[in-house]
Amino acid sequence: MDLNSVYTELIMHHNNKKENKGELDDPDVSEHGHNPNCGDDITLDLKIEDDVIKNAVFHGSGCAISQASTSIMIDLIEGKSVEEALELVETFIKMIKKEIDNKEELKKLKDARALQNISNMPARVKCAVLSWHTLKEAIQ
Amino acid sequence: MKSKGSLDSSEIKKDFPVLVQKIKGNSVHYLDNAATTQKPNLVLDKVEQYNKNFHANPHRGAHYLSVQATEKYEKARKKVKDFINANSDKEIIFTRNTTESINLLSYTFAEKELEAGDEILLSTAEHHSNILPWQQLAERKNISLNYLDINKEGEIPFEEVKKKITDKTKIISITHMSNVTGVINDIKKITDYAHQNGVYVIVDGAQAAPHMKIDMQKLNVDFYAFSGHKMLAPMGIGVLYGKKELLEKMPPFLTGGGMIEYVKKDSSSFAPIPERFEAGTPNVEGAVGLKAAIEYLEEIGMENVFKHEQNILEYALNELNKLNYLEIYGSQNIENRGGIISFNIQGIHSHDSATIIDSKGVAVRSGHHCAQPLMEYLGINSTLRASFYIYNDKEDIDALIRGIKKAKEMFSNGS
Repeated sequence: MDLNSVYTELIMHHNNKKENKGELDDPDVSEHGHNPNCGDDITLDLKIEDDVIKNAVFHGSGCAISQASTSIMIDLIEGKSVEEALELVETFIKMIKKEIDNKEELKKLKDARALQNISNMPARVKCAVLSWHTLKEAIQ
Repeated sequence: MKSKGSLDSSEIKKDFPVLVQKIKGNSVHYLDNAATTQKPNLVLDKVEQYNKNFHANPHRGAHYLSVQATEKYEKARKKVKDFINANSDKEIIFTRNTTESINLLSYTFAEKELEAGDEILLSTAEHHSNILPWQQLAERKNISLNYLDINKEGEIPFEEVKKKITDKTKIISITHMSNVTGVINDIKKITDYAHQNGVYVIVDGAQAAPHMKIDMQKLNVDFYAFSGHKMLAPMGIGVLYGKKELLEKMPPFLTGGGMIEYVKKDSSSFAPIPERFEAGTPNVEGAVGLKAAIEYLEEIGMENVFKHEQNILEYALNELNKLNYLEIYGSQNIENRGGIISFNIQGIHSHDSATIIDSKGVAVRSGHHCAQPLMEYLGINSTLRASFYIYNDKEDIDALIRGIKKAKEMFSNGS
C-alpha cells in the first residue's frame, strides 16, 4: 500500500481546510457521529430549505482521513437535494466497499474519489465513512 | 537458547517466528507489547505437543489421556503459583484474562462483601476493565465509586491515598503498572495503608506481571489479576490470584460443570477452590502455553527482563526527546516506570501517525488505550503508544524514529 495514494495532496488540503468547519447558530439538523474505538468525533450541522441542503458545516476532532472525508463530503452535498445527497452517500459507501466497477458512476463523487484507496486499508475504512453515515442519519 | 543472567535480544528474537519474517519487505519492529506479546517456539511447540499427544477433557475421565490433560493443567497452576510466590496452588484461578478476573471479583467477592453506601476506590489511570465492572456493581448495589487523582507525571501521590480512603471505603482496586504511561504504583505501600484501615486490595497486574518479579507474599495484596497473552502465552488464558481465606468465603461466579460437589434437582453444593470458580471445560492448551511462557521468562530471569526494558526505555526516551515536535506523556524518570511510552506528534492525529509509522514496519498502538478517564485528564483524545518486551532492541527504536520523521515530513509537505 503506497501511503502517497492515501495521504494525497487533496486529502491533506481538506484536512487543513477551515471553510467547512464551525457551528451553525440555528441548524435544521445537527447530528453527532462517533467511532468509539478510535475516537473520531464529529458533529454535522445542516441548514435545509425546500428539501435542499443550503449550508453544511462540521466541528469535532479526528484523524486526517475522517476530517478530510467530512470536508470533501460537505463540498459535494451543498446545494444538492436531500434525495441526491442520500444517493451520493450510497455511492460513496459502495465505492469504499469496492462494489462499483463503473468509473462513470464514480464521477459524480468528484473529489471524494480521492478516498477510493482507503478501501485497501481495512483499519482506516471507518475513518473515511464516519461523516457519510452521519449525514445519512441526519437526513434520512 | 540463552544463558542465565543475561539478555541478548537479538538471540531472543530468533525464537519468535512472527518477528523474523519480512512484511512487505520490512523487518518486523513489534512495539505493541502492552496490547499483546508474540509467542516463542517453546510456547508454540508445547501447545502443539499437548494437542498431538495428550488432549482430552481434564478432571472428568479415568482414561489415560484425560489423566494426562489433568496433570498438564494442574502443573500449569503450580507453575503460576511459584511464579508469583503464592502460598498454595488453590489460590490460583484460571480465567480467560484480566478482564474476566476482575469481573469475577465484582460478581462474587464484592457482591457479597459490600453494602449500600460503601465505596470502592479506583484511580484515574485505570484501564476500562478495572472501571466498568465496578460501575456495574455500583448500580446493582447502590454503592459509590471514588477515584485517586494522578499528578502530571501520571503517579498517584501517597497523600491522595490517605485523603481518599475513608470509613466508607471497602475496596481499593488499582493498576500495578499503567498501560498508558508505564508508571508503576507502589502497591506494597498502598496495601499496607489500606489494610491498616480495613480496606481490601485488588490489583490489575496485566502490565506488571509480564515485566517484573511479582511476589504475593511481599506485596500482601488480597487479589491480583493478569493475562497470559501479554506474557508470551496464548490468548484466552488468564489468572486470578486470591488469598485462600478470602476465596473460600466467596460464592461461585459462573456455574455448571466442573465446579460442583453434589447436584440435586433443586439445589447443589459447590466444589472447593479453585474448581469452584472454573465452571465448564477449561482452556488446557492455554494453561500449557502459559506454563511454557513462564518457563521461558524464568530462564531469562524477571530481573533481567525488567532491566532490559529499562535500558530500551531510557534509549527510546532519549531519542524521542531529541524531536521537539513530540508531546510525551508521563514521567521522564525511568526509576518507577516500565517499558511503555505514550506520545503524540504535534498537529498529527495518532491514527495517521500510526498508519505512516506502520509503513516502516513498526507496529505501534494508536487511540485511547481503553483509558478514557486518563485521556480526559491529559486533555487529549488519543496517543501513540510504543511498548517494549524482551525481544526489542535499539534497532526497533531507530525504526520508530524513522517512522515518526516520515509522518512529520508528509504532514509538513501537505499543509
